[in-house]
Amino acid sequence: MKMFMGIDYPTLWFLVVGALFSGYAILDGFDLGAGAWHLFFRKEESRRIALNAIGPVWDGNEVWLVIGGGALFAGFPVFYASLFSAMYIPFMLFLAFLIFRAVSIEFRSKEPMLWWRKMWDVCYSTSSAMLAFLLGIVLGNILQGIAIDKDFEFVGNWLEFLNPYAIMVGLTSLSLFMVHGAIYLAMKTEGRLFVRITVLLRRAILVFVGIFLLTTVYTLLYIPHLSDHLLNNPVLFLVPFLAFLSIANIPRLVSKSKYRQAFMFSALTMSLMLILVAIELYPVLLISTINPAYNLTIYNSVSSVKALQTMLIIVLIGAPLVGFYTLFVYRTFRGKVKLDDTSY
Amino acid sequence: MEVEILARSQFAFTIAFHYIYPPLSIGLGLIMVIMEGLYLKTGNKIYEKMARFWTRIFALTFGIGVATGIVMEFEFGTNWATYSRFVGDVFGSALAAEGIFAFALESGFLGILLFGWNRVSKKVHFIATLGVWLGSMFSAVWIVVANSWQQTPAGYHIVGTGLSARAEITDFWAMVFNPSSVDRLLHVWVGAILSGAFLVLSVHAYYLIRNRYVELSKKAFKIALVVAAVFSFSQLLTGHKAAVGVAENQPAKLAAFEGHFDSLAVADMYLFGWIDRERQKVTGPKIKGGLSFLTTWDFEKPLKGLNYFPENERPPQVNAVFQFYHLMIIIGMTMIGLTLLACWLWWRKKLFHYKWLMWLFVFAVFLPQIANQVGWFAAEMGRQPWVVYGLLRTSDAFSKAVKANQIVFSLIMFAFIYVLLFALFIYLLDRKIKHGPYEEDEEEDRSLQHEIDEVLEHR
Ligand code: HDD
Ligand code: HEM
Ligand code: HEM
Repeated sequence: MKMFMGIDYPTLWFLVVGALFSGYAILDGFDLGAGAWHLFFRKEESRRIALNAIGPVWDGNEVWLVIGGGALFAGFPVFYASLFSAMYIPFMLFLAFLIFRAVSIEFRSKEPMLWWRKMWDVCYSTSSAMLAFLLGIVLGNILQGIAIDKDFEFVGNWLEFLNPYAIMVGLTSLSLFMVHGAIYLAMKTEGRLFVRITVLLRRAILVFVGIFLLTTVYTLLYIPHLSDHLLNNPVLFLVPFLAFLSIANIPRLVSKSKYRQAFMFSALTMSLMLILVAIELYPVLLISTINPAYNLTIYNSVSSVKALQTMLIIVLIGAPLVGFYTLFVYRTFRGKVKLDDTSY
Repeated sequence: MEVEILARSQFAFTIAFHYIYPPLSIGLGLIMVIMEGLYLKTGNKIYEKMARFWTRIFALTFGIGVATGIVMEFEFGTNWATYSRFVGDVFGSALAAEGIFAFALESGFLGILLFGWNRVSKKVHFIATLGVWLGSMFSAVWIVVANSWQQTPAGYHIVGTGLSARAEITDFWAMVFNPSSVDRLLHVWVGAILSGAFLVLSVHAYYLIRNRYVELSKKAFKIALVVAAVFSFSQLLTGHKAAVGVAENQPAKLAAFEGHFDSLAVADMYLFGWIDRERQKVTGPKIKGGLSFLTTWDFEKPLKGLNYFPENERPPQVNAVFQFYHLMIIIGMTMIGLTLLACWLWWRKKLFHYKWLMWLFVFAVFLPQIANQVGWFAAEMGRQPWVVYGLLRTSDAFSKAVKANQIVFSLIMFAFIYVLLFALFIYLLDRKIKHGPYEEDEEEDRSLQHEIDEVLEHR
């Protein structure tokens, strides 16, 4: 098998896809989280400020989803095809909420009527929350495994995606995104709204830690295949341990008003969680609950080395560019939100 | 079978809807670049006002374009799993490149384009506008390359057999520059620019009829008219190039375009017509040997007709393909005529003398939209029964794991959402147009306090 700096190509692409999705989780994570909080703010001005805190960046953040999806399609077409067709309903709902959310951000400020704005506020907030939840649902199913047959086709019931474990992972991701979003909002706001957000943030952290512990216990008890790798290789326990430290660090930084650092740590927590997922799965991508021989792994669902090499070049050229204009945009809109005639 | 029909309907519906918006974004992008360029060059505030006005409309088309585009990307996996496994190796790199080069460029600069007017200098703002426009042009590159590869595959070999057969890339550049991609890209680009230009023409023609923003509208109308005239004419050339390519690479499709049945004979060209598929007869005014002439410069040259190909390798809906194709061409010709007429009147210094002309332009906005839609329908239905020409049949390409009831659900869902989206789009477009490029008594845009008061009033 061809290698690149001592790593085989499928593994390399696995890392690339992982990096893209953690980039997505960190970036879109905060704006989905901010959106999920939206209804907790009562005053029109607060809502507009919260909305404009993500206004210039949410669309750019969503591009990570497009790129991640493209990278999955390109690198692991068999996995992409099997997962997406198996999880048909969650993905369709995901698309619907994605549209509703984009539409409500665009449209709420276009009319002054209160009912109009309220309607879009509800739409915006529920769709943000549902998106975070559905991402967790899909992840939960991937972790638990689904009924994949020998042709790599899903043969289970179409409602199976809604199982207790998936729901728990869904709630975990929702609460993590909300923590992340609240920290972001704290960085971008001032005055009474700011105070309100810090109060909410503290509660959110407690809720998240509670749900996370519950999910972990459930995993250890009922889904033993997920802890195999950790138990065989105890050094890897460092990852969940670091994740825990990183979460624990957030309330401390928050109480010292170091929001920027707290944001870094919640971003770190998110990547560590995904790294944990990656460690638990690798080299499997999708576990078949019918027969382990039907598992989709990075080796049987991968594209040719030629394709991976081509795309690696694309990524190496493209990534610095993306990084450059992402930084440029965030710099242009840095600091607390000020509303003006171009705001939402 | 049922799943196939449903999946096809869903794809056709969602892509047709998506394709209302990207052309508008691409076309408006170019016009905004020109307007801002003029502002930079002349310092005349009137160009800034125009550019700002069109930016607001652009935000609308772009937003819906993004939302409906993500649907397309996911749909490959959800509804066309076998297809995705087959093409992933080849096609994925095009999509990944699109994401990284094009969408990131667009969306990165979009924030500055929309919200940066008061934050960055006008030069930087111009660069951002240019970036967004180029990004949207690039995104057309990759997606059209991918689609062209489906029409005329190149630079690959087939690995495996049956359900697990896949195309693997052997030569990236041969894949990118497959026989049809350049022709079709140019054709798609020009079509997109036309739809933006005609929207600008339509709105400013409307203002002129209503006697509003007269000075600004005259200037903007002329800018868009130049763009529309130049590109209407270019579209004839790129379309012709594309047709010659089809003759070479997809003869069965070309035969369907003109309803040419005889297995090897001189092919006629119809101005319009109707196909009786049973009797293999086309009724309508024709130019004898016209198709032979256009593709080979020889009126006598015989071309392969539909009967040349086995029954199961011919496009099944010949009449529909014929109608779509001819409608596109009729519209293309109409647009050339209309823009030439307007340019001639402009030259006679009578461009804004006739109300009827302005009314024509108000409604001409539909021409490029319809042409773009029917152009795709002709190209895609003419490709049938293949999803990847000569390699993978559409009837084998859909997801085996998805049941009909699920697609019915999603189809209803999309129908509902898209109808809503379209209604909102029209409503907001109308409002933005009514609101106009600036307050007529020249007051600045409303302040925040003003808006908050307004909300309170409506309680
Ligand atoms: C000729 C141009 C063209 C064509 C044929 C298509 N698109 Fe499109 N698409 C665009 C031109 C475009 C665009 C102009 O670049 C958009 C519209 C607004 C925008 O943000 O980008 C876009 C948006 C857009 C997005 C959202 C990107 C973002 O977040 O910025 C995705 C994922 C796709 N498209 C994917 C597709 C797929 C899978 C298609 C075919 C099946 C497709 N598009 C046809
Ligand atoms: C690049 C990847 C694409 C794939 C995989 C693809 C695949 C398909 C499939 C499977 C169908 C259904 C077959 C049928 O109903 O005849 C279809 C139809 C259609 N596609 Fe494409 N297509 C692609 C790109 C595009 C693009 C970029 C457009 C234009 C924006 C487009 C426009 C259409 C239209 C209008 C139809 C409906 C025609 C019909 O129903 O027959 N397609 N395409
Ligand atoms: C004026 C004469 C025109 C000719 C001779 C012409 C020719 C063609 C041909 C041969 C195709 C099929 C290409 C293929 O299947 O590979 C095509 C497709 C298409 N046409 Fe046209 N066209 C004309 C005008 C227009 C106009 C005015 C527009 C839009 C404003 C337009 C938009 C399209 C689109 C979007 C497609 C599908 C994409 C593609 O296959 O390239 N065309 N045209």
